[in-house]
Formats: sequence, C-alpha cells, structure tokens
Amino acid sequence: MDGNTRDQTSRQPNGARETQILALLQHAGGALTPGEVVERLQAELTYSTVVTILTRMHGKGMLHRSPRGRAYAYAPVTDDAGFAARRMRSVLDDRPDREAVLARFADELSDADADLLRQMLGDTDDGGTDGTDR
Amino acid sequence: MRLAVYLPLLLPLLTPLGVRLLAERCEPRLGTWLLSLCALVLGAASTLSLGLLALAGLVRVPWLAALGHWAPPAPRDDPAAVPVSLAAGLLLGGATLMAVRFLLRRARTLAAAALDAACMPAHDGLVVVDDEAPDAFALPGLPGRVVVSTGMLHTLEPAEHRILLAHERAHLTSHHYAFVAAAQLGAAANPLLRPLARAVTYTIERWADESAAASTGDRRQVARAVGKAALAARHADRTPRGALGFLGRGGKGTPGPVPRRVAALLAPPRGPRPLLTAVTLAVPAAALLAAGEAALDLHRLLESLGIR
Repeated sequence: MDGNTRDQTSRQPNGARETQILALLQHAGGALTPGEVVERLQAELTYSTVVTILTRMHGKGMLHRSPRGRAYAYAPVTDDAGFAARRMRSVLDDRPDREAVLARFADELSDADADLLRQMLGDTDDGGTDGTDR
Repeated sequence: MRLAVYLPLLLPLLTPLGVRLLAERCEPRLGTWLLSLCALVLGAASTLSLGLLALAGLVRVPWLAALGHWAPPAPRDDPAAVPVSLAAGLLLGGATLMAVRFLLRRARTLAAAALDAACMPAHDGLVVVDDEAPDAFALPGLPGRVVVSTGMLHTLEPAEHRILLAHERAHLTSHHYAFVAAAQLGAAANPLLRPLARAVTYTIERWADESAAASTGDRRQVARAVGKAALAARHADRTPRGALGFLGRGGKGTPGPVPRRVAALLAPPRGPRPLLTAVTLAVPAAALLAAGEAALDLHRLLESLGIR
C-alpha cells in the first residue's frame, strides 16, 4: 500500500525509473534482488515500488529473473536484438511529447494520403522505367 | 507605448499568411530556421508586451501607489486602461505557466531519450531491432541513436537503406529536436503561433529528406523510399499508438505530410527565396523593436513617477 501511494505521488514517470533501474542493472555486473536494487538506489524508491517496477520490466521482456533465496534476482536481457526489440516500442512510451522528440522516418497516413502516395509512386516508377523526366 | 505595446500582440495574427509559403516554397533548412526563429521571438515579444501592459496597470492601482510612495500617473498618459491591464496580467500568467510547463516537460523527455539512447547497444550509432513492424526513428542523445526495425530494412532495398540512414542521421547531426522545441516553446507561450510549430515538424522532415537526397544524389529515389516506408508502416501498424497519432491529423481534405514530402522531392529543389526571407525576418524584428520601444516608454513612465 505504502508503495502504491508513493507510486502515484512521485513526480518521476515510470519510463524514467525503468531506465534508471536498467542502467543500474547493466552496471551491476550480475543479477540483483529487489533488496539490492533498493540499496543501490539509496532509498529513492521503496522496496514494494522496486518490486513492482522489476516485475513490470520482466513482463515486458527487458529482464531475466532467477530465484535466489525467497526473492528473484533480476538481470538485463543481454542479447542485443532481443533486448532492443522489446525496447523499440517502449522508448519514451509514457511521454506525452514522445512524437515531438522521436523523428520518425515515415509518419502516419490517412486513407486519402495512402491513395495519393500510391498514385505518385506509380507515376515515378513509370517515369523511371521510361527514362523520361517529369 | 500606446501602439508599440500592442504590435507584438498583433503580429502573430499574420502567421497563417506566411507559414505555408515558408514550409512549402522555401528551401527547407532556411525555412526551418525562419519558422523557429519567428515562433520563438514572437512568443517572447508577445509575452513581454503582456508583462508591460500588466505592469503599466499595476502602477495605476491607488493603494499600491500609496504603499510604494509614488503618485499615480495622470489619466492622460494612461498607456492602458485598467481592464486591459487586468486581462494582460491574466494572459501573462497563462503564457508563463504554459511556457514553463513545456520547458520542464521537454527537458525531462530529452533527458529520458538521452538515457534510453545511452542504454541501447549500438554499432556506429545505429540500433537494428528485431521487429517485423516497419519502423524507424532518430532518438536524440549524447550521442543520439538511429533505431531501425528489421521490418523496415526488409521493406526497403539496400540503396534505400542508405537513404533512410542519411535521413535519420541528418535529424541528429542538425539537432532538429532543438528547432522543434524552440518553435513549440513559442507556441506554448502564445497559442496563435501553433501553426508555426506545426510547420517546423514538417520542415525538419523536408530538411532531412533533402540531406538524404544530397548524399545519394537522387531526389526521386528518396521520394520513393519515403513513400514505400510510409505505406509499409501503415499496413503493419495496428497498434493504438498509430491510431492515436492518426486522429490528430484526420481528414481535412489537404494531403498529409508524407505525400507533401514526396511531392516536394519529385518537384525541382526549392531556392532560398530572398524576398520571402527578408519579409519574414522583418516580422520578428518589428516585434522586438516594438516591444523594446514599449519597454523604454514604461521605463520613462516609471522614472517620472519616481519608481526605480
């Protein structure tokens, strides 16, 4: 309960906490239990908040876990591709201004836009094969 | 003071006239600079004007004058009636609040992005992600990362991979997030400037497209790569996020950003447009001059009242 209230009132959004904990686990050089994470965070978060975050990160596939004593010990998923794949969709996910910061190669299309685009690309393909300009 | 103080508040009303020209007809790098500069300066100047109007009203409040031991100015050199000052004060509060809120939020997001970027295993700034959904984006950071899904790589041919990379790297090396943030800061302070901020998110894409075209030497090929990627991303993207982003742009009859980018790449390159540039620069310059003049007037008024 304590952890939950803290969860809601704390200013720091979940994504930032996850990144913080992820960085900590990456530099730890081995799996850490929630208790060890709390210790290394120097009491920034309560034990139950850390457990919540670690469980959620495990659910997202960002962390491996193995039983150690009564708790689990967590380590980052190390294979590059597997790790990054799960991260890609969650980058800045809980940020309201996510889209303004991530510069996407191809933006969303409406139906009309898609039709228009197909038309334009069809035209360039013809132009390209004929070798004629415009 | 009478006219000068209102000019920075009126000038943003002109922005719808120039935005289209700057976004569509101007060379995109110059267009981005001009649009961001206008948004930032007009946002600052209009906020300053609101502050001056509010302050000029404050001087007139009798009990404040009594408290500060100055004589309220004679009604004839009233720079602003009290209701105007009151409204200005309220707007000033709103503008400041929104600008500060925006700055804090954006600073946090950029810091989170930098942290995310630092945590990503990258080779030469590129992160390839094993994900069938075609997606690619630039993540600002120190250094930033270009994140591309395998789905996007499968969609495009090798020559188009180079275009995609050149496009996303241009976003990072030219610090496009800073232009967007500057324009959005202006728009946060003054909502009349929102069209400018929206235009900047488009012109940075054009700028990156032209950078990619310059590095590959074939604008037509860039157009094809952009169109192909957008169509592929559309087929794959069934996540709520995509749908949500899509709501914001929906059906106004005018083509969206991607078809306009493709059309611009298929048309001959745009020149620097010296006349448009000069006229555009005159707007923020006039706003600054007017705000400065108004500030000087208020300063004189305060001095005449013995306030310093």
